[in-house]
Amino acid sequence: MELTINGKVENLEVSTVMDVLKAKDIDPQLVAVEVNTEMIDQENLGTTSLKENDKLEFLFFMGGGA
Amino acid sequence: MSFTEDQITRYSRHILLPEVGGKGQKKLSQAKVFVVGAGGLGCPVAYYLGAAGIGTIGLIDSDVVDLSNLQRQVLHHTPDVGRPKAISAKEKIQALNPDVQVNTYEERLTAKNARELISQYDVVIDGVDNFPAKFLINDACYMENKPLVHGGILRFEGRVMTIVPNESACYRCIFKNPPPPGVVPTCQEAGIIGVVAGIIGTIQATEAVKLILKIGQPLTNRLLDFDARTTAFREIRVKRNPSCTLCGPNASITELIDYDEPEACAL
Repeated sequence: MELTINGKVENLEVSTVMDVLKAKDIDPQLVAVEVNTEMIDQENLGTTSLKENDKLEFLFFMGGGA
Repeated sequence: MSFTEDQITRYSRHILLPEVGGKGQKKLSQAKVFVVGAGGLGCPVAYYLGAAGIGTIGLIDSDVVDLSNLQRQVLHHTPDVGRPKAISAKEKIQALNPDVQVNTYEERLTAKNARELISQYDVVIDGVDNFPAKFLINDACYMENKPLVHGGILRFEGRVMTIVPNESACYRCIFKNPPPPGVVPTCQEAGIIGVVAGIIGTIQATEAVKLILKIGQPLTNRLLDFDARTTAFREIRVKRNPSCTLCGPNASITELIDYDEPEACAL
C-alpha cells in the first residue's frame, strides 16, 4: 500500500506498523512512531493496522547537546 | 527600573521593533533563564540571550573545557581548556554584556537539585547531551510548571521543541522512556558538525525570547527537525499523548527519576 513515511511516499507490502519497522530494519526501541499524528504505544506497534495513504512519522532519539 | 542612555543604544534594534519596544526590553531585562549545559547548545543559547539583555542567566555544568569542545562550544576559547565550563561561559557573557547577572552552578542537574533550581527561573533550556538528563529536565519543568525549550543534536541533524506544561506535548508524550543505555550514539561517539549546534541553539534562544515577550507562536506541539546535509527543516505535528506517564490523565510519574547514567558523556 502507499504510505507517507517521514514526508516521503513509499509503496510497501505491509499491514501493521511493526511490519514497516521490520521492512526497514528499524529497532522498535529506538523510535517513536506517529500514525496520522497519533502516537502509537510501543506495545501496540504490532496490532496497529495501516491503511492506504496513512502518514507515518518515525521519530528517532536525538540525545546530543554538548 | 529605567534604562540608561547606553542601554537604550545597546538595545536600540530591539526597541525599534513594535513587538518589543521599551516594554519588551524591560521584560527581557527582568527575565530569568536557566540553561542546562554550557556546551554545544548551551553556548550559543547563553551568548545570544546575554546579548539580548536577559536579566539573569543560570548556567549549570559540571565539566571542564576540553580541546575537542572548541570546534562548536563557542563561549570557550583556547586558554580555557581545563577550566570549568560554567565559569568560562560566564566570563564571555559578561564581557559581552555586563548588564547580565550570570549564576553558575558547577554541578550536575540531579533528581535532588533539579526542582529547586528550576523553580527559580522563568524559562528552561535543555542543552544536555544525554537522555537521563533530558528526561529529568522534562519532568522537573512539568512539575514546576516552567516552559522548556528542548534541543537535540547528532551528526548532521538537530531538533527543537518548545514545551509549555499542561498546554502542549511534553518530551514523554513522544518518547516514553530513555532508550536502553548504549544503543543511541552520543556526539562524542558519532560526531557532530559544529555549526549544527549553533543553528539549533540559536533557535532555542529565539524560542526563549518569544516566550518571555509573549510574541508570535511558540514551537509547541511541533517538532522541528533540521538536516544540514540537505539544509532542510521538517516540522512534525505532535500533540499531548493521553497515555503520557508524566502529563496524561493517568500519569504515574510523580517524582523525579535519576536514570542510571549509561556513561557520563563528558564532551
